[in-house]
Amino acid sequence: MTRQQVLDLYFMDARSKLIDLAAFIDRVQRGNGNTDFRMDAFKRALAELSKQEGSRAEAVLLAFSDPTTDPIDKATTKAACGAWPAAR
Amino acid sequence: MRYIEPHAHMVSRVTDDYIRMVTAGCQAICEPAFWAGFDRSSAAGFYDYFSQLTEHEPKRAAKFGLRHFSWLCINPKESEDVKLAEEVIALIPKFLDRPNVLGIGEIGLNKNSRNELKVLELHVDLAAKHNQLILVHTPHLEDKLKGTRLILDVIRSDRRIKPERVIIDHVEEHTIKLVLDTGMWAGMTLYPESKCSPPRAIDMIENFGNERLWMNSACDWGISDPLAVPKTALEMRRREHSSELIDKLIYQNPMKFLNQCGKFAL
Repeated sequence: MTRQQVLDLYFMDARSKLIDLAAFIDRVQRGNGNTDFRMDAFKRALAELSKQEGSRAEAVLLAFSDPTTDPIDKATTKAACGAWPAAR
Repeated sequence: MRYIEPHAHMVSRVTDDYIRMVTAGCQAICEPAFWAGFDRSSAAGFYDYFSQLTEHEPKRAAKFGLRHFSWLCINPKESEDVKLAEEVIALIPKFLDRPNVLGIGEIGLNKNSRNELKVLELHVDLAAKHNQLILVHTPHLEDKLKGTRLILDVIRSDRRIKPERVIIDHVEEHTIKLVLDTGMWAGMTLYPESKCSPPRAIDMIENFGNERLWMNSACDWGISDPLAVPKTALEMRRREHSSELIDKLIYQNPMKFLNQCGKFAL
């Protein structure tokens, strides 16, 4: 597909999602108290969007990922929270 | 359009979903064993579940002309209790000869713990001993990258397992190459909120090719769409992919992998 065709297909959807992201950040900022590691990871992931090379989707996923290689001693929960807590 | 739904948890879906899927062109459904949303209290609960997957659910699907196949295991979310897992794994061989059982799955990891790894190794050993296909669940969100690496290490370290008889499911942009480079198959799960969207799945096809790849809805009791595969086929059409390529991704590829089990026939 040409870039023009890609824009024709997906621009409105991407525009809508971008505004949702902006509104989410505003909403967090309006709230009281502190943010946590999730917002830190979110900001690192956002920075990947403006890079000129490589896969931005892959880079965003890596920004949220646990990069370690050893298994943990015990699973104390079943759920994932979307960002690696130990990343600071 | 014809398609195979290679990963769907129909025990969690209503009968109307069978009607909608067959109307959309579904030819067969494959159902891996998974977490019920709560922990089962004993191995007997799994015995009943395996009976449901191999006796009741195929009959429910057959009412709509659909073939129903299943995979058996104790899922990674209940693998922290190794003693329970050993009891459940001991039950599985007596079900493996049932006509709709394709293999061991969906095994894998959830939080990447040592006990989960031990249970994964027990499942891989079971599959090797009984010459079964393997379907692997990879962890969610931040745990996926690490879990995928650990899973690939376990499978590659067992020389009895042929990579082309293993599918690693729920790949995303940061794990798909890791999987395909091993010679194993990769599954892309089409979820409304997590895993991957139809446009991203098609991006991965465009970037990584169309060999050893399938797409599934993994529809279950959570937010999911049993028509995600045919909807992605429509999205491929919007992206000007050929009918032949669409058929390869949603019908021929799953057929090729699943045909490695002699019981898969349409």
